[in-house]
Amino acid sequence: MSWWQRLWRRTKMEEQLEKELRFHLDQHTTDLIARGLDPAEARRQAVLAIGGPEQVKESCRDARGTRWLEDLLNDVRYALRTLRQKPGFAAITLATLALGIGATTVMFTVVDSVLLKPLPFPEPDRLVAVTGHLDNSQYAMQYLAYPDFLDCRRDSRSLDMAGWVFDSATLSEPGEAEYEQQFVISHNLFSVLGVRPFRGRAFLPEEDKLGGTPVAILGYSLWQRHFGGSPDAIGTTLVLDGKRATIVGIAPPAFELDGEGDVYTPLGQDTAPYLKNRQAHPVRGLSRLRPGATLTQAQTEVALIGRGLAEQHPDTNKGRSLQVRPLRPDVDDVRSTLWLLLGAVALVLLIACVNVASLLLARAVSRERELAMRVALGAGRFRLVRQCLTESAELGLGGGALGIALAALGIRPFLAFWPGDLPRATEVHLDARVLAFALAVSLASGLLFGIAPALRVPTRALEPTLRAGTRGVAASARRLHGGFVVSEIALAVVLLISAGMLGRTLLRLSALDPGVNVHNVLVSRMALSPATLPHPALIRAAWNDVLDRARRVPGVETATIVDTVPMREGNNQNGYWTTAAVPPENQQPIALSTCVTPEYLKVMEIPLRQGRFFTDQDRLGSPPVIVIDDVLARSAFGGRDAVGRQLWIPDMGNGPLQVIGVVGHVRYWGLAGDDQSKVRAQFYYPFAQVPDGWLRRWSQLMSVAVRTSVPPLSTVQPLRHELRGVANDQVLYQVRTLEQLAHGSLARQRFLLFLFGIFAALSLLLACIGIYGVLSYLTSRRVPEIGVRIALGATARDVHRLVLRQSLGMIFLGLGVGVSAAVAAGRVLLRLVEGMQPTEPLTYALMVSILVAAALLASFVPARRASRVDPMKALHQE
Amino acid sequence: MPEKSDLPQGTLDLLILKVVALGPVHGYAIAQRLQQVSRDVVQVPQGSLYPALHRLENRGLLAADWKPTDTGREAKFYRLTRKGRAQLESESASWQRLTEAVGLILRLSEGGAK
Repeated sequence: MSWWQRLWRRTKMEEQLEKELRFHLDQHTTDLIARGLDPAEARRQAVLAIGGPEQVKESCRDARGTRWLEDLLNDVRYALRTLRQKPGFAAITLATLALGIGATTVMFTVVDSVLLKPLPFPEPDRLVAVTGHLDNSQYAMQYLAYPDFLDCRRDSRSLDMAGWVFDSATLSEPGEAEYEQQFVISHNLFSVLGVRPFRGRAFLPEEDKLGGTPVAILGYSLWQRHFGGSPDAIGTTLVLDGKRATIVGIAPPAFELDGEGDVYTPLGQDTAPYLKNRQAHPVRGLSRLRPGATLTQAQTEVALIGRGLAEQHPDTNKGRSLQVRPLRPDVDDVRSTLWLLLGAVALVLLIACVNVASLLLARAVSRERELAMRVALGAGRFRLVRQCLTESAELGLGGGALGIALAALGIRPFLAFWPGDLPRATEVHLDARVLAFALAVSLASGLLFGIAPALRVPTRALEPTLRAGTRGVAASARRLHGGFVVSEIALAVVLLISAGMLGRTLLRLSALDPGVNVHNVLVSRMALSPATLPHPALIRAAWNDVLDRARRVPGVETATIVDTVPMREGNNQNGYWTTAAVPPENQQPIALSTCVTPEYLKVMEIPLRQGRFFTDQDRLGSPPVIVIDDVLARSAFGGRDAVGRQLWIPDMGNGPLQVIGVVGHVRYWGLAGDDQSKVRAQFYYPFAQVPDGWLRRWSQLMSVAVRTSVPPLSTVQPLRHELRGVANDQVLYQVRTLEQLAHGSLARQRFLLFLFGIFAALSLLLACIGIYGVLSYLTSRRVPEIGVRIALGATARDVHRLVLRQSLGMIFLGLGVGVSAAVAAGRVLLRLVEGMQPTEPLTYALMVSILVAAALLASFVPARRASRVDPMKALHQE
Repeated sequence: MPEKSDLPQGTLDLLILKVVALGPVHGYAIAQRLQQVSRDVVQVPQGSLYPALHRLENRGLLAADWKPTDTGREAKFYRLTRKGRAQLESESASWQRLTEAVGLILRLSEGGAK
């Protein structure tokens, strides 16, 4: 029989043991009676001979070898019984722990799924990214030029290379016209990642060439949304940007490259001009190490290929190199937020543990006499410590189980509440790793809050304990209690001050001027009819038509088209210089460029400081002009006489550009980020002067912006309708108001403030409960002493002072520790949160007074109770 | 009544195995038999008989079944397993060797004293 079977059949064995011994005793008694003894005497002798049935049973149990487990079961049962006796205590403890562990589990689940887990592909450690680099430049990392990608793929022995380009397209058939996220991929992308299409097949090598059969793979979501998830979609055709292609496959669900793609097309047959030259770098290289190849080999080899390309094509590739690095999920944006929140949650859990520890300690002290009695009766110290720990582990696990349930319920709402897109959100699940983590945290917290009370098991000097009864608290216990309160207050101070700092920051940032009038502006990306795209003249006419139609919509005051919008994702950056002797790219200062039409200034209500803005006369053929903001005017021309000066911007041609006006600075990077951002200078150039060759690419990026006299969202439907186009294939997408964008630029700060606010409130509450509990306990132990004082003439005020002095001592010690820790936490916040304000004394003062007020309130109840002690009763108790 | 002696350490197991080897038997009978066979010289501490039985059962040297006795009451009957028989043989052999050796030494010293 294995030990667990023995354990399983414990009850049965226990019965059998009983039966066997009874048989022995009965038999022996019968024999003795037969020898002539009277029954009572016979019984007595039989029992004497065996030496006490209980002792025999105990030895038999020992012989079975399952002792420790049986003890454990006993302890567990004993602990459950103890907990059931005090349901209030058990409920408070479990709820506190469940909150702490639940919140920690949610945060860990997100951190684990988003930051720690490898990419969801087979053998993720064999996947690498191939990137291009511009030497000695701070804007170093780039993707690959398509010809470079092809050369590298041909020459590399260590890598199985795939690549893809982020693009967009209008899907005009079947169904309503829709704007789609298009991933243009090399035919082997799926096989390199080790992913099979959900339905159908991946692209064939012969489709990855110019003139290949036009084919497409649908993203899972688009397939569900647009094709009803019907398997019959494969083999039918769709029209993308006016070109018909056959659907050959469906991508697997939750397959993400950079977000989920709507539609995939072969890279080799794409005729876009930016895939033809080595100047544009749109291709993201994604490769798998070939069997046997190491990362170092691949790095050496690809670097060598890059050097070869630089020698062969010096005009485009000089100063560029190729690099290989392990492929990691792109989650840098959220990394700091996630760690910050996990840290804050861990503080809350710590407070919860300290709270439970002080509750347990109070109970342990009142049980001291019971424990001393048990030691006196021969219980081993280790055995008693083990029993106390079993009890706290039980609480920990109970709280943990509730916490996991909370986390399971809370994780989806939490993700929904996340500001913006959380990368890898679809991969966030409670799984075995998370359960193991939650279990470990539960046990660790059980140990953490259980160890101090457990070590109070008395060893020697039992006699005073036994005699003193439950009166009086040893100095060591009082110190320990004080320590708990001090650490709870310190932890709460850290969270309160952090929340306070975030609150002040948000207030200050919200009051900043974005540089534009965000009220009554609607911005929407727009795709022109694919039919216009091949012809520059048609494109210009189409945009003019769009603007005319937009202005005719009731409620629209004025309309413009623009490529990048303040506080929205996406920007263009160009190097500039003030003379014709332009230095190499990596030494040029950088400015943000925005392509606009003359009405832009009126739509955004940006103040004009000097000169003029664009007019309809600034067009192709007339002298190229730009308007700069006052930041660029200051950095390029020292702020004086910028109008009439010239700038050289190599990305926009070789000639000089005439500065015709200076406008106010716009907080392009959002209210939080702009003041600290590296690139702040801005310039504007007219859409009418964009050369024909760029017009198609530019047109794919333009947005329509309108200023309205009515609430902007009410114009969305009429605008959509009006801008449909003759062929009904022009679409508006990502429609936003400027107010939404400004609001969104503070979303992270608001989100952090909200959560820190909750955590701080929670920790304040826990700390107050802790103070209240500890003081009530300590005061109740001093009832006789207080009784004597009152009998000797102490007034209620004296007693209040007595109790509050004790509490104030703990509070101020906690404040001292907490404020120093908060200074450190403030530095972390300053580094991780955009727009964060350095420590302000006012915030500290405010938060500290909130805490002191709450803590005093919590201490006042026990103090009042103490002052009402009836001296006669108190003395009788003694 | 003859003088009673305590059992040397470790011999209780051997004696139990020997008694059980004669056929399935319950705990009380083992105690009785040990006392009778040794003509009351060996006083089996009854308190340690049962733990020993359970230990031997636990080690797989004994097996047990519940069966009715002559009086019709159910009792736990122990019997020897194959492993137990092997153990009995090797232990009685080594006991034999040990007692012979001890006897030899004792006789020798008596001779020397003469």
